[in-house]
Amino acid sequence: MTIDESKLDSIINEYKAELGSLIPILQDIQAEYNYLPQEAMEYVAKKLVIPEVQVFGVATFFKSFSLKPRGKQQIHVCMGTACHVRGSKNVLGELERKLGIKAGDTTPDGEYTLETVNCVGACAIGPVVVENEEYHGQMTPIKVEGLLNNR
Amino acid sequence: MPGNTQKPNGNMVTFLLNGAEVQADPNWSLLEAIQFYGIDIPTLCHNEGLTPYGVCRLCVVEIENGTRAKLVISCMHPVTGGLKVRTHSNRVIKTRKMIMELLIARCPGSKKLQDMASRLELKEVRFEPLNDDCILCGLCVRMCDEQMAARAIGFAGRGADRYITTPFDINSEECRKCGACMYICPVCELRCQGPQAETTLCSGCINTEPVCAQNFDDAMCFMVPCLSCVKGPDDVK
Ligand code: SF4
Ligand code: SF4
Ligand code: FES
Ligand code: FES
Repeated sequence: MTIDESKLDSIINEYKAELGSLIPILQDIQAEYNYLPQEAMEYVAKKLVIPEVQVFGVATFFKSFSLKPRGKQQIHVCMGTACHVRGSKNVLGELERKLGIKAGDTTPDGEYTLETVNCVGACAIGPVVVENEEYHGQMTPIKVEGLLNNR
Repeated sequence: MPGNTQKPNGNMVTFLLNGAEVQADPNWSLLEAIQFYGIDIPTLCHNEGLTPYGVCRLCVVEIENGTRAKLVISCMHPVTGGLKVRTHSNRVIKTRKMIMELLIARCPGSKKLQDMASRLELKEVRFEPLNDDCILCGLCVRMCDEQMAARAIGFAGRGADRYITTPFDINSEECRKCGACMYICPVCELRCQGPQAETTLCSGCINTEPVCAQNFDDAMCFMVPCLSCVKGPDDVK
């Protein structure tokens, strides 16, 4: 993958290339590419004059950063306590079966990424599945069908 | 024993060290003050040439400031006037042994850890051995950064999944292959391969004539007291 350096420059310059702005810079890069490409992280390290391993450490520390390309559609299944007792495990199982991938993976066609989260703060309507920031409550394995437009 | 050889300067503060009134430079850490007075307490993640990091917790001591006594790590605690410090109270010794037990369970293959456990007279390890090759002391990371100025390795991940690595988990061009990280790592050096090498705890050698010397040209470890290679009382000469 080739990285557009001028695009990265405009992101980095927005934060005045300061060390304390590493996380927001990475967030913006992830928003741009859907994940953190290695070349982009190397470029950030060079620009902020910090070791590459420090950028890598931060990128692997936070669960919200992804080092692998992610699908166009992000599906997050809540595995928090409330959703768990209401059967989120079955919902996840059905999604895994339908998409043919495990939680944390992306479908080979780059369409869907399936991930688990621990409580999204909507316990009352659990089990919750968040599809591209849209919340779906009271999920069941049967309702999964409707989420995936005929997959 | 690594000692504190710094000259005290400036205003000194007075504090109580194991009941004795002593003076120390307020710029020292508690550990430096303790070492200055020749008291030997175990440390693992501490090294004079590197910034204190405070992760191994082995340098724990008990301090009293007013009415309550509490445990603190001495390598990152400042010396203040009026502090009451106990380096070998029952509570401290118990805690130290517990920490040591956890460390040994993680890396039973490390000579340095086995030697330290033996010094602390650790008798049993109640945890399942993990046989890991890193205790996450961060010595290698600080060595590479502060002394070698290469900054080629660091921590990645978090919590139970934290590990030491190069950027992006691939061969790093920043690394000069100087070997300093291996030199300083407390886990790299393998433990004595004597008769009981497969147990989690080697438990020190009791003999003044090490049994291992019968099998190898040189004694394999330098434990005080030498105990580890003994199978029963009959083996003791
Ligand atoms: S061998 Fe490489 S990683 Fe280790 S201290 Fe030297 S430069 Fe750093
Ligand atoms: S590799 Fe060795 S020096 Fe580095 S953190 Fe692990 S135990 Fe410590
Ligand atoms: S546990 Fe699922 S939203 Fe709280
Ligand atoms: S030497 Fe103090 S915490 Fe490791």
